Amino acid sequence: MLNYLKPNNLLKIINKTQKFVFIIFLVIISIGLVEALILSPEDYKQSDSVRIMYVHVPAAWISLGIFSLIAFLSFGILVFKNKNLSLITKSLAPSGFVFNVIALVTGSIWGKPTWGTWWAWDARITSMLLLAFFYLMFLLSWRVTDNEEKAVKISSYIAIIGLINVPIIKFSVEWWSTLHQPSSVNIFTETSIHASMLLPLGIMTAAFALFSLLIFLMKYNTELIKIKNKGLDRL
Amino acid sequence: MINEVLYMNGYGLYVWSSFAFTLSCFCILYSVIKLQLVKEQKKFKARFENLDTDKIEIAKKQETYKEILATSSASKI
Repeated sequence: MLNYLKPNNLLKIINKTQKFVFIIFLVIISIGLVEALILSPEDYKQSDSVRIMYVHVPAAWISLGIFSLIAFLSFGILVFKNKNLSLITKSLAPSGFVFNVIALVTGSIWGKPTWGTWWAWDARITSMLLLAFFYLMFLLSWRVTDNEEKAVKISSYIAIIGLINVPIIKFSVEWWSTLHQPSSVNIFTETSIHASMLLPLGIMTAAFALFSLLIFLMKYNTELIKIKNKGLDRL
Repeated sequence: MINEVLYMNGYGLYVWSSFAFTLSCFCILYSVIKLQLVKEQKKFKARFENLDTDKIEIAKKQETYKEILATSSASKI
């Protein structure tokens, strides 16, 4: 099992899976777009503006998921001093940040026809904005210092501190009175979305997850090549 | 039919701009990461070709270098 984690095996696996993930992503996003924009029904209250949900919600879920993963891996980096984990977190961050920005912008666009405003400083929206700042600080921490060990430590601490914000985002709609609606899709309690809307939401979430996997594989590949590039000097 | 899909009961501008923004972000992120990957592959290949013959022989024996060189000339995507 650990053999697969060796750089040469990882490179082989990554190079083989990138093309496969890209093709599957194109197929699923095409189906998802047709479902979301044409086949799914309009909402009885929000009419067709509900279709924004099919990009807004998956983007928010994935940005939250990626940040949580980065934070847990950061614990591992600090405890086990594993360099591979820091490469993984570094490669996960770009897609997480972009999904965070997508969630904020599409949420703002959705807010105009539903709430009558582009932006409100309510708990959910503000905590999502805060998450974007944590992502930004994480990404910038790799650029502000040339010392790689220092960058790994700083970025890990940023991710761990940012993890406090994750439950705040999740429960903000329950803890405070917000403009943002409570979650409609729940794992442990009853889901209030009709199956005809849940299907495109699921397909779009799968497509977004595949896209973040593709970006992760490409970025990880780049980071491995950078290391090997430095290794040429030591031959 | 096409007008209905475009107009979306008056919400077309909001819906289409959300989807357009999302897909544009995908394209930009993909292009940036792809450019970084190709740049690193080219840099590696150029440096590899400038190595001494002995060093090239040592590097060629290592699986990782073989893998990078195999993918640097024709990218997989």
